[in-house]
Amino acid sequence: MVSKSLKLVAAVILSCTSATVAANDGTRLLATGGATSIEGSAGGGIVPWATLSSYAGESQVGATAALSEVSVDDFRLSVAAASVNFYNRLEVSYAKQTFDLSTIGGELKQNIVGVKARLYGDLVYGDWPQLSAGIQHKTNQTFALPNAVGAKDDSGTDYYISAAKAWLDGFGHRTWVANLTVRNTKANQLGLLGFGGDQQDRRWQLEGSVAAFINRYWAVGVEYRQKPSNLSFAREDDWKDLFVGYFPNRSLAIVAAYTDLGSIAGLDNQHGWYLSLQASF
Amino acid sequence: MKSIIVALALLFSVTAGAAQQSLYQQFGGKQGIADITEEMLFQVGGDERIAHHFEDVDIVRLHRLLTEQICQVVGGPCEYTGDTMKASHRNLGISTGDFNVLVEHLIRAMEKFDIPTSAQNQLLAKLAAMHNDVVEE
Repeated sequence: MVSKSLKLVAAVILSCTSATVAANDGTRLLATGGATSIEGSAGGGIVPWATLSSYAGESQVGATAALSEVSVDDFRLSVAAASVNFYNRLEVSYAKQTFDLSTIGGELKQNIVGVKARLYGDLVYGDWPQLSAGIQHKTNQTFALPNAVGAKDDSGTDYYISAAKAWLDGFGHRTWVANLTVRNTKANQLGLLGFGGDQQDRRWQLEGSVAAFINRYWAVGVEYRQKPSNLSFAREDDWKDLFVGYFPNRSLAIVAAYTDLGSIAGLDNQHGWYLSLQASF
Repeated sequence: MKSIIVALALLFSVTAGAAQQSLYQQFGGKQGIADITEEMLFQVGGDERIAHHFEDVDIVRLHRLLTEQICQVVGGPCEYTGDTMKASHRNLGISTGDFNVLVEHLIRAMEKFDIPTSAQNQLLAKLAAMHNDVVEE
């Protein structure tokens, strides 16, 4: 598994170098494509943002490929994702998640198809935020375990609305970015533990991110994601992380974070590291 | 968590020292601004994405006007003598993408002359406010 990931990382870096020209033609400012979130949508680490992936401007088509790993005390999440951005209007994404139950044993898998549309505005220009709406359709590939602990469905669809705004000359004369996402979901632990349960079904959740750019290439920020708790077998906690983003050029984005995922499947205090590598084309 | 806050405070305070100088001084005065706009226009001329917008433009005049304008925007002793942004960009069909490309070249030019990030951001924010007058959606 590890060597497979490494090969993928190497492939991403290689394809990145050859795609430099294409990404450099993108007519959006550095870092405005953001990173790839763990569900495949352009965003921060754990929150989808109103921004669309890649650097494609209004007359361009762009794409991204990304690998992310979250390693906490008793679990490990691996994500391979790709997206296409049509005219900075519509983003289509796909993500494969593998959740390694390191301590308990076994693994959970799901696939996510995402679509996000920019409805209004621009992240950087104008007085109002950029506004987008999206869906993430998730299909659990390993439903036996989720089913056994009380999940009702092996698939589910999240709906969300996001607003994002950048202040070029914000506090401390730094560029600041904030994103707020409201999500309607019935997913248990992203959907890795299925959808719906004995406690409740669909719920609205709030997710937010704030980041400051120290300079044009480096950003630091925090994210918070409210989570539902549908299964009585194990409590689900809100997620948070503290991240550093590095955008050396338009082809590459690297995000590292310290994450607190709370209680997962009965195992409390899941803390650890998050690393994400994104190539833009 | 405490050490992170301290680290952040340090990062921000690094730039506080630069604030002793006026914004105009941080740009190197009128000569510094003239150098930055020259570098920016040089890069723009080599960028096929937007070079066509400058084909029939008197570059020497544009350089003088841009230098005046930036000088005035950063609080220098200059007066911008050109038309309003709205009037000078009417019917040029400039898109947000074109605007971004120009901003990108301005940033590169400012980086080349080691303008502090805090000073860059103050200028960029003021120029970004002109976006609606320049771009035709």
